[in-house]
Amino acid sequence: METDEMQRLERVTEVCLLAGKIMMQNGGETYRVEDTMTRIAAAYGMRDSHSFVTPTGILFAVDGAASATRLIRISERSTDLNKVTLVNDISRRIGRGELTPEEARRLLQRIEGIPAAYRPSLQAAAAALASGCFLLMFQGRLADFIPAMLAGGLGFAALVLFHRLVAVKLFAEFVASVVVGTLAVLFVQAGFGHELDRIIIGSVMPLVPGLLLTNAVRDLIAGHLVSGLSKGAEAFLTAFAIGTGIAFVLSVY
Amino acid sequence: MSIIAYIDPALPWAGQAAASFIASASFGVLFQVPKRTLVRCGLSGMLGWLLYVLLAERIDAVPATLAAALLVTVIAQLFARLYRTPVIVFSVAGIIPLVPGGVAYDAMRSVVENRYDESLPLAAKAFMLSGAIAIGLVLSEVVNPLLSRLGVRHRRR
Repeated sequence: METDEMQRLERVTEVCLLAGKIMMQNGGETYRVEDTMTRIAAAYGMRDSHSFVTPTGILFAVDGAASATRLIRISERSTDLNKVTLVNDISRRIGRGELTPEEARRLLQRIEGIPAAYRPSLQAAAAALASGCFLLMFQGRLADFIPAMLAGGLGFAALVLFHRLVAVKLFAEFVASVVVGTLAVLFVQAGFGHELDRIIIGSVMPLVPGLLLTNAVRDLIAGHLVSGLSKGAEAFLTAFAIGTGIAFVLSVY
Repeated sequence: MSIIAYIDPALPWAGQAAASFIASASFGVLFQVPKRTLVRCGLSGMLGWLLYVLLAERIDAVPATLAAALLVTVIAQLFARLYRTPVIVFSVAGIIPLVPGGVAYDAMRSVVENRYDESLPLAAKAFMLSGAIAIGLVLSEVVNPLLSRLGVRHRRR
């Protein structure tokens, strides 16, 4: 009897941890992750659970007739809100009693493995489009739309490429912003582009750490100071890397 | 010969609306949002940006950003409840157009060109604008219970 209880505890804890890990790895907010984990545990009858979530690891503890504390490490973070949404769906289904821990674990493992919804090439195209549109929104000229598109799209492609070569994301951001700046300068000097400032502003936007900033703010407001500060620091460093890259190009130009 | 999209009388609202819609939806792609939410991401960003442009003509950019961020958050909460999707999907794509890229760039540019005295007020402005966005995001915590009371059908996630 006791071992059954222990086994069930293990399985539920595993589901909670896996759900939390996938959410954190793909851009979920800290309070949502903690909330999801405790809800899943409660749905399986374990009402006394505590979760401590940071961007680099999750601690999950369950009290009660049987108790356990587990740690899972989060080693890399990227952005995939589709996976966050899917995990959210699973946790809703668990809340409605539709899934056993085994089924939930299998579904979660499958979610972990699915490829991203949009290929990098499609993302580069979206970045290009966004850059051009930002140019227009920031009162740039229609004639500069294409230079901004090219600089933005290629800058994003450079980011993806360099992130694959060197695991340090900050370095990839720096290089990407140098690429953007250089292309913008070249376009203007060739007469292809006109307003250098507007082109750079537009094409640098896809590199801006929007999700990190948003989550940092939401985490701080919700009282998750560790997560909020670390995401805020990461966002600041990213912005700094981008600014430095552009400044570097401009100072040479 | 060169058309400045903002001033052209026939174009401003249509152009700004289209550009902000596409930009926000494109950012949705960059954040890998579920495909079915792309249009709504675009809508959320577009409405926020249009409000910002409307207000910024009359009042200072900081309160305009605050109002726009608040609108984005309200819309994001609404969409999140209606479509059973985490609110972050809609709010982050909608917030992006409001991020003070231009001001931050100007601040950095003046530092590079050794005009430090000009860079400080610009940096302060960028900071204030970011703060306005943050407050807009925070006010969503107020909006949530309001929506509940108005009876918008929702599941708490």
